[in-house]
Amino acid sequence: MNPTRERDVQSFESVVIRFAGDSGDGMQITGNQFTHTSAVIGNDLATFPDYPAEIRAPAGTRPGVSGFQVRFSSADIHTPGDQPDVLVAMNPAALVVNIRDLKPGGIALVNTGQFSDSDLKKAGLTKSPLTDGTLAGFRVIEIDINKRVTEALKGTTLTSKEVQRCKNFYTLGLMYWLYNRPLDTTIKWLEEKFAKLPALAEANKLALQAGYNAGDIHELFQGRYEVAPCSSMPPGTYRNIMGNDAIAMGLVAGAQLAGLQPFLGSYPITPASGILEALAAYKHYGVITFQAEDEIAAICSALGAAYAGCLGITTTSGPGVALKTEAMGLAVSVELPLVIVNVQRGGPSTGLPTKTEQADLLQAIFGRNGEAPIPVIAASTPSDAFDAAVEACRIAVQYMTPVILLSDGYIANGAEPWMLPRVEDLKPFPVKFVEPNPEGGFQPYARDAKLARPWAKPGTQGLEHRVGGLEKAHLTGNISNDPDNHEFMVRMRQNKVMGIRESIPTPNVFGDSTGDVLVVGWGSTRGSITSAVEELRKKGRKVGSLHLRHVWPLPKDLDKIMACFRSVLVPEMNLGQMARVLRSEYPQQNIISYPKVQGQPFRTTELVKKIESLLEK
Amino acid sequence: MAEAQALTKKDFKSDQDVRWCPGCGDYAILNCVQGIMASIGVPKHQICFVSGIGCSSRFPYYMNTFGFHSIHGRAPAFATGIKAANPDLSVWMVTGDGDGLSIGGNHMAHILRRNVDVKILLFNNEIYGLTKGQYSPTSPQGLKTKTSPMGSVDRPMDPVSFALGCGATFVARTIDTHLKHMEQVLLAAAHHKGTAFVEIYQNCVIFNDGAFDAFAEKTVRDDKTIDLRPGQPMVFGKSLDKGLKVDGWEPRIVTAAEADVWRPDTHSPGPAFVMSQMDSNPAMPRPLGIFRDVAAPIFDAALHEQIRRATSTKGPGTLEKLLHSGETWTVR
Repeated sequence: MNPTRERDVQSFESVVIRFAGDSGDGMQITGNQFTHTSAVIGNDLATFPDYPAEIRAPAGTRPGVSGFQVRFSSADIHTPGDQPDVLVAMNPAALVVNIRDLKPGGIALVNTGQFSDSDLKKAGLTKSPLTDGTLAGFRVIEIDINKRVTEALKGTTLTSKEVQRCKNFYTLGLMYWLYNRPLDTTIKWLEEKFAKLPALAEANKLALQAGYNAGDIHELFQGRYEVAPCSSMPPGTYRNIMGNDAIAMGLVAGAQLAGLQPFLGSYPITPASGILEALAAYKHYGVITFQAEDEIAAICSALGAAYAGCLGITTTSGPGVALKTEAMGLAVSVELPLVIVNVQRGGPSTGLPTKTEQADLLQAIFGRNGEAPIPVIAASTPSDAFDAAVEACRIAVQYMTPVILLSDGYIANGAEPWMLPRVEDLKPFPVKFVEPNPEGGFQPYARDAKLARPWAKPGTQGLEHRVGGLEKAHLTGNISNDPDNHEFMVRMRQNKVMGIRESIPTPNVFGDSTGDVLVVGWGSTRGSITSAVEELRKKGRKVGSLHLRHVWPLPKDLDKIMACFRSVLVPEMNLGQMARVLRSEYPQQNIISYPKVQGQPFRTTELVKKIESLLEK
Repeated sequence: MAEAQALTKKDFKSDQDVRWCPGCGDYAILNCVQGIMASIGVPKHQICFVSGIGCSSRFPYYMNTFGFHSIHGRAPAFATGIKAANPDLSVWMVTGDGDGLSIGGNHMAHILRRNVDVKILLFNNEIYGLTKGQYSPTSPQGLKTKTSPMGSVDRPMDPVSFALGCGATFVARTIDTHLKHMEQVLLAAAHHKGTAFVEIYQNCVIFNDGAFDAFAEKTVRDDKTIDLRPGQPMVFGKSLDKGLKVDGWEPRIVTAAEADVWRPDTHSPGPAFVMSQMDSNPAMPRPLGIFRDVAAPIFDAALHEQIRRATSTKGPGTLEKLLHSGETWTVR
């Protein structure tokens, strides 16, 4: 924060707030509302919701703490920030879990209404952190929100329990005052959300307004702060977007660009369920959603729908991918388009369902029985997930192949402003089904220039044919056990997938195109990598970064780019899976892995430190 | 439908050589299915056969229709996807006792409860054939196989009882050796709207030969089986002199004149369930025919009805609308 004093309003370029409370305290809603309002007034922003796997862990305990971090800025930003400037703690557990992240000298806004002895006990504390020195070095604002919200809602018909549930909007109002934000976006949201419960809408509005007024009346703060709209955002129409929603929209757009009806077969799983939920609401776009009995039925139904002429889609997370593996092999064998979305989470097994990780990369590229090549694409930010989903659809239909689209928990739940693409800039890739009664008969395993086989829709006269998982004879698709034919078909499928290289661009290098360190990333590490490279280049370091959207097959000419640097650093949220792939593809390059597997994204400072350590060598 | 009417059994034979063991019951079923396909009034390009894995699941390769030989146990999911994608198709699923009730039991339960408009033929030979003779979920207790050298200790499941329990709207049973009966049952299944589940007793000549001889062998068949015909008295026997009466919950054998009339459309599937459980009583005739036949909303039709309704109230979705569906702001 670089304050420039101007009467009692201080301006900052960028501020990070973390809202933390019990999982029942509504912190995700509070954070989302703050984000939305900041988006609408024109800040650049990035968010990081961090919530427990339990829906409602015992109230007041540390495992029950739910957090939402938002960074809003007047300059271009790429990450939700390493350390919050402001921590809002609704109870003792939220305070002690999050205080170690707060920036030295930062503001800790604490709800003292939730600090009774029993509250402390629930958080596993014997002494109050308000008095035991825990908060030394921070600016502490104590406010009894429980009491304030009760006063504010006196005279309403709400029960005292219902009144307490409005605490988050009181807190939000306070933050709106502190950072000089308008209330109207949230008021509109409340009116829509509680359209059928006007008493609740009214109470939350009262709480919001009371919180806002409290900033003025009670002189809790020394002054107000301001973060101006971001002036470097390119002109255009924007909306705030979360990764799961972007994927849902990208899949609908991809289907429309292909001229197909989308069919989603899916089974609920954290953190991917949001895509199924979003697509279920897109029925007027012709989307068929099928909530299957399990992960296997989900992908099998999608592949069945693909056979029948739909764009087949299945969405899941790592454990679900494990179950879908056999069907993915069948999709490779029958050569039908299918988009498989894996919103990665911490593993192995059930692992860390609500935390982020990138440890399914090798599973995506190689994790099937037999030689079963599947192209893999990775989204890098919430808004990029839209483009990545469209690209997955394009490859699937143009190459008649299953495609894996990797996202992760960080992208799924994170949000950022998205400059909407213009419809006319979205390039269609219409599918041409085989026409009825082709002259000379129909060969289901003939090939086009891309080595893709024809797509023949059941219901079309003269195209009756059978597909299945048994090895097929070239051209006819009849069952074949012929040894030479098997090798021919294995190589055919491999060559087809590797040939996708011809249709993908070599990514641009950000920063220096020759120098000391090239940071190669994929997926959600993009923001931290970009910020780290920007920071180091400001210091005059010769560093660049390259971000891979197409992680399999890899784009052409990567070796030439890497050769322009002394070393290549690959940060990823796994034990070095992409580094392993790059080493095997480019054995002559000096590839250094930088793994982090904590269920948390990379901090910019961590990356800066790591790159600097390489520069010193 | 002129094209469909002109079709014959031959039109449904594919150019692939049929490779089941000589004497396998599957041949009779294939022959019967190809025959009725010519008479259901659906053009062959509108027909799709879906299967899982196993001897029976090779079936689609021998039908000159569209076909998908899928994954072990998963045919119901594929069939559901195909039917949901294109409800105009006539979708048939072929499975076995292992494929449909063991590895794929979960999917079978769900396609039945959803009432997807798919016709399911479950070939039950009470053995694993393609993996060469291990006991299956329908093998009788005590059956000695390669994996049960001292006799299977598993209790068998009854496919008809299972289907009824899942809320199936059409449940029937027939035998590979009784072509005329099979034809009637399959035609009734073809004309049912919703999921039709047909268990077909099918003899595996190699690994479980004669499994159904005790009641299916031609010389005893009339006395040891009863054909459940909707709206008809439950009579059986060579001279149709015996009948069934259900007193309370227990069926008993009576004279033909005293026999109850069979109704597969009662509100509760209870009567059908009582019939299906006669299997375990060797004193009673083995019931064949139509256990259950009721009307219920169809899954695939309901899916498309929702899409139609959403489109008519919200207007068809366009890319422009999609992108601008949230709250937007403009940077100049």
